[in-house]
Amino acid sequence: MEESENMSNKKKLTASLGDKTFRLLTLLMAMSVLALMVWIGWQMVDSARPSIAKFGFTFVIGRVWDPVKEQFGALPFIYGTLVTSFLALIIAAPVGLGVAIFLNEMATSKVRSVIGFLVEMLAAIPSVVYGLWGIFILAPWLRETVEPGLAKWFGFIPLFQGTPLGFSMLAGGLILAVMILPTIASISREVMAAVPNEQREAALALGATKWEMIRIAVLPYAKSGILGGVMLGLGRALGETMAVTMVIGNRPDILSSLFAPAYSIAAVIANEFTEATSDLYLSALVEIGLILFGITLILNVFARLLVWSVERGPKGGISS
Amino acid sequence: MGQSLSIHNLEAWYGSNKILKGINMEIRPNQVTAIIGPSGCGKSTFVRCINRMHETLPRTRVRGEISLDGRSIYDLNPVALRKTVGMVFQKANPFPSMSIYDNVVAGLRLNGMKNKQELKASAEKSLRMAALWDEVKDRLNYSGMSLSGGQQQRLCIARALAVEPSVLLMDEPASALDPIATTHIEELIRSLKEIYTIIIVTHNMQQAARIADSTAFFLSGELVEHGPTSEIFTNPHDKRTEDYITGRFG
Ligand SMILES: Nc1ncnc2c1ncn2[C@@H]1O[C@H](COP(=O)(O)OP(=O)(O)OP(=O)(O)O)[C@@H](O)[C@H]1O
Ligand SMILES: [Mg+2]
Repeated sequence: MEESENMSNKKKLTASLGDKTFRLLTLLMAMSVLALMVWIGWQMVDSARPSIAKFGFTFVIGRVWDPVKEQFGALPFIYGTLVTSFLALIIAAPVGLGVAIFLNEMATSKVRSVIGFLVEMLAAIPSVVYGLWGIFILAPWLRETVEPGLAKWFGFIPLFQGTPLGFSMLAGGLILAVMILPTIASISREVMAAVPNEQREAALALGATKWEMIRIAVLPYAKSGILGGVMLGLGRALGETMAVTMVIGNRPDILSSLFAPAYSIAAVIANEFTEATSDLYLSALVEIGLILFGITLILNVFARLLVWSVERGPKGGISS
Repeated sequence: MGQSLSIHNLEAWYGSNKILKGINMEIRPNQVTAIIGPSGCGKSTFVRCINRMHETLPRTRVRGEISLDGRSIYDLNPVALRKTVGMVFQKANPFPSMSIYDNVVAGLRLNGMKNKQELKASAEKSLRMAALWDEVKDRLNYSGMSLSGGQQQRLCIARALAVEPSVLLMDEPASALDPIATTHIEELIRSLKEIYTIIIVTHNMQQAARIADSTAFFLSGELVEHGPTSEIFTNPHDKRTEDYITGRFG
């Protein structure tokens, strides 16, 4: 009796020892990610120091970017990045969700696998290829057809005024929309596929049409996952460099028209890093990278809060 | 008012697997019909054919004829049919993102009912019928998932009752309930047959004997015997029915 108790105690001890080691190990790994984040952040702040010291907060709100006179303001790049990314989001989120709904709930399995594959292929196209397509097809098409058309019908809105140039924020936003579409579509599709069939049947049995079933049973169940997919798409749009720089026009201006050329943070870093000779110039580019880092961080925190608030739903329920 | 059902040569498949092998059955209005039979014999499949839920799954097939008050259900729009033929599933399936109240009135909202007073009254009535009102009346805005398994099942019953169908299909509605709630539900079923035609799948023989006017015994996708409950339980015509009832059956 006593002996067996001893045995079990011993067993417990080794088990808990194993647990502890395992916990420590995983904790260490988790901490290393945090450490890496902090380290990168610190390094960037350190390298950006000359620019931070010289311009202070005016760096963020300054509109002039003149390397010759060593005058650096980041606002045009922040503006270009945000406008093109949100434009992409506004287009790609509904389309991606529509694609996911169609593939999951409407399409036959054959159509689903073919179109599903094609959508995923969109993600496999290198961004420089998107850029080429943008230069030779998208931009001319915008210049000759879309922008004049928009100007004609919606010209009273400042967004659609000015000379149609093709290389514009509109082009940047559209190309980003195509690029983030597969992310949003495939993540939405996955979370919708994970909705238990009992949920669909519950709605159908009450006399719901297919669309009503999607609205009351599928989308609410999947909404936090869908939101996550959309935020992932936004993250990708904010950081995308090559395709955007090829079509956005690369001019550090802040103009209200979507037809106007602009510049994005990622694009200016990639384009000017090699020619940045002075310390101040270099540190300004690093600081602008730091701003991009900050924007994605803020948006992610915001997204997390949004996901939390939709996940919570009615009181008392702990939904997975 | 309850409606009658008449089923002719009903066959149903899952892929190439033939589950129902030609069922013929008459179900009279305003009666409780119990479906009994061993696990896997096709009871759920049978009731799921009646509201055309079976055919919503991929690679399924149905053949034969089912008519509701003399009218083929295949001439009706399935959406309209399911408003007339309600269903409570074997596994409780409340909508997790909705509150208790929203769950109950989900079907009414689909039907376009917007009046708050009406919705409220209907929700209370349905919850009372499902013997859940007293337990949830103070937390109607809590999530449907905050209820226990048995409470969730009663919530689903209330949700099905709220739309006031004329036929109610219940697939083992009491399998997750305690004896008290089961008694409530059985009382409910007995009282509901004034208004509804009820088809209930059950594994509980005593329950069938207590509530059903007629009982049908299924075995491997065939209807072995269907008759008045008292007759099925005391004087079955088929040897297989007798074996099953007396528990001499695997
Ligand atoms: N989704 C499905 N896909 C393929 N086969 C299925 C599916 N659901 C059920 N079946 C098959 O159909 C047969 C009948 O199933 P059904 O659910 O109608 O049985 P049941 O009589 O309701 O059983 P239980 O009493 O266990 O609920 C089973 O043999 C099962 O293998
Ligand atoms: Mg079953």
